[in-house]
Amino acid sequence: MALVEVRDVYKSFQRDTQKVEVFEDLSLDFEQGSFTAIMGPSGSGKSTLLNLIAGLDKPTSGTISVGGALVSAMSASELAAWRARHIGFVFQSFNLLPVLTAFQNVELPLLLTRLSRKERDERVRIALDVVSLSDRLDHYPRQLSGGQEQRVSIARAIVADPTLILLDEPTGQLDAKSSQEILALLGRLNTEFGKTVLIVTHDPHAAAKAKATLHIDKGVLEKTG
Amino acid sequence: MKYFPLIVANLGRHKIRTTLTILSVIAALFLFASLRSVLTTLRTNAQFGGARRLVTLNATGLVFTMPVSYANKIKSLRGVHSVSWANWFGGRYGDGKVFFGQFAIDPESYLAMYPEVVMPAEQKEAFIRERTAALIGRRLAERYGWKIGQDVTLQGTIFPGDWTFTIRGIYTPTNPAIGDDAMFFHWDYLDERVGRWGQAGWFIVEMDSAGAAGTVAKAIDDQFRNSSTATKTGTEQAFQASFAGMLGNLSLLLGFIGTAVVFAILLVTANAMMMSANERTGEVAILKTIGYSDRTLFGLVLAEAGLIAIVGSVLGLGIAKAFYPLVKFNGFGFLPGFNVTAATMAWGALIAVVLMIASGLVPALRAARMPIIQALRKVE
Repeated sequence: MALVEVRDVYKSFQRDTQKVEVFEDLSLDFEQGSFTAIMGPSGSGKSTLLNLIAGLDKPTSGTISVGGALVSAMSASELAAWRARHIGFVFQSFNLLPVLTAFQNVELPLLLTRLSRKERDERVRIALDVVSLSDRLDHYPRQLSGGQEQRVSIARAIVADPTLILLDEPTGQLDAKSSQEILALLGRLNTEFGKTVLIVTHDPHAAAKAKATLHIDKGVLEKTG
Repeated sequence: MKYFPLIVANLGRHKIRTTLTILSVIAALFLFASLRSVLTTLRTNAQFGGARRLVTLNATGLVFTMPVSYANKIKSLRGVHSVSWANWFGGRYGDGKVFFGQFAIDPESYLAMYPEVVMPAEQKEAFIRERTAALIGRRLAERYGWKIGQDVTLQGTIFPGDWTFTIRGIYTPTNPAIGDDAMFFHWDYLDERVGRWGQAGWFIVEMDSAGAAGTVAKAIDDQFRNSSTATKTGTEQAFQASFAGMLGNLSLLLGFIGTAVVFAILLVTANAMMMSANERTGEVAILKTIGYSDRTLFGLVLAEAGLIAIVGSVLGLGIAKAFYPLVKFNGFGFLPGFNVTAATMAWGALIAVVLMIASGLVPALRAARMPIIQALRKVE
């Protein structure tokens, strides 16, 4: 059984008076421990797919399950609790809270757990160590480079030890060197720590780092490689 | 508690705005406590009055006097234990701008009737013995640095001329409603200087028992009903209340101002909270993506409003509670015993809770109900 199962998903939404159909009968699987890049032109539906898997959005019809949990059938509060436990999400624009330090940003998901302060402290330090930012604990986002900010957001995504790490254009705002560092880090998370990684990207270099690539255009799965 | 750093960090986002919002809450609660304390002090003082004491006034009005010879006639009535009298002097001190309450009294009978006016026995004796002696409140002595034996000259307004008194006693009231910034001197001295005028401003009548108030008051007024100067007698409490009654419209005005100020500050706080929440639409979406539930986000936004309300109200009420005793405020003598009561503090705390809910509810609901995808589009 695959870790992520997308079955017969139909997704449409209303834009002004026009109905936009994103997916029609989409079915696909992502295996445990896989590292998959989803590519495709803008508006092809790749970010929508990521949002559906993360339970941020719901399919119009069809089902999505992650690790046996039927995500598409969960209520808002169930989804929140499930995301906190199973999903690590990384955005293109880092989306760190500017008023919090790197440490506090990474700690955010752990505040939702029953971990003690000491346990939270340990976990945050480990996560920041994994992304090689142990020396930037007390830095605010404005004091970090773009690459460092993205590494903090990856630390935030992995700190709760999620089942699945979802990344939406994680190198989109980074220079080539920083992009390489981030991609190498994602590779480590997949190979060393066995994390299942799903990355949406326009960047062929980023896609090349993944074990599998999936192309989507106009909501249709075109080919895999 | 684990969310506290997050709440504080969010409030620190716009330090000036947060500081100004807290300052506005402080100002609102300080004003509320002050204005309400004026009203409660007026009400408390209006209730002052010995159970056995009646006050007899000229039926025409407080500013009109009565023959002092009425005292003996009143004293002869059944149920009357003793009688004293007093006059309002209305003098000025120093450059003619300094004003405080001054009363011409019949010393022995007056002090016997008011055990609440306390001073050392030798001072009391010295005051009663000397015709030009004055008895002053402790606050008055502290304010002007007056000492026992010192001469003080007042400029008369109702009774023109310079009036010099020698301070022989400094009293401390056991009941704050009496006030500790008044001056008492001999009615005889006043009467003599104005040419044996023989008039009293009001009589204080001590009854044999408190239960006879109605009967004794009627007997007094009946006695003078057909004379040239009719009287109006009531309990001392009613006498005090009549002063407060004069301030009835003021009470209404103070209440109105207090309500308006609190309401205005509530709008300011609500506006600040709304602005703060609107600016953080994207961050709310990020927290939801991380796994923060609608309920948690509702609580976090409400807690921000709550922290502002708590800090502002604790400081506002605390300053009011500490400030007035520190400066020994008594409303320039019109509000003796001025005090921010526990009830006022409790009302202030209630206002803080209402402020928290009213200013935080809408932004908190908006944060909780915000669809993630829609909010994320503002971020990406």
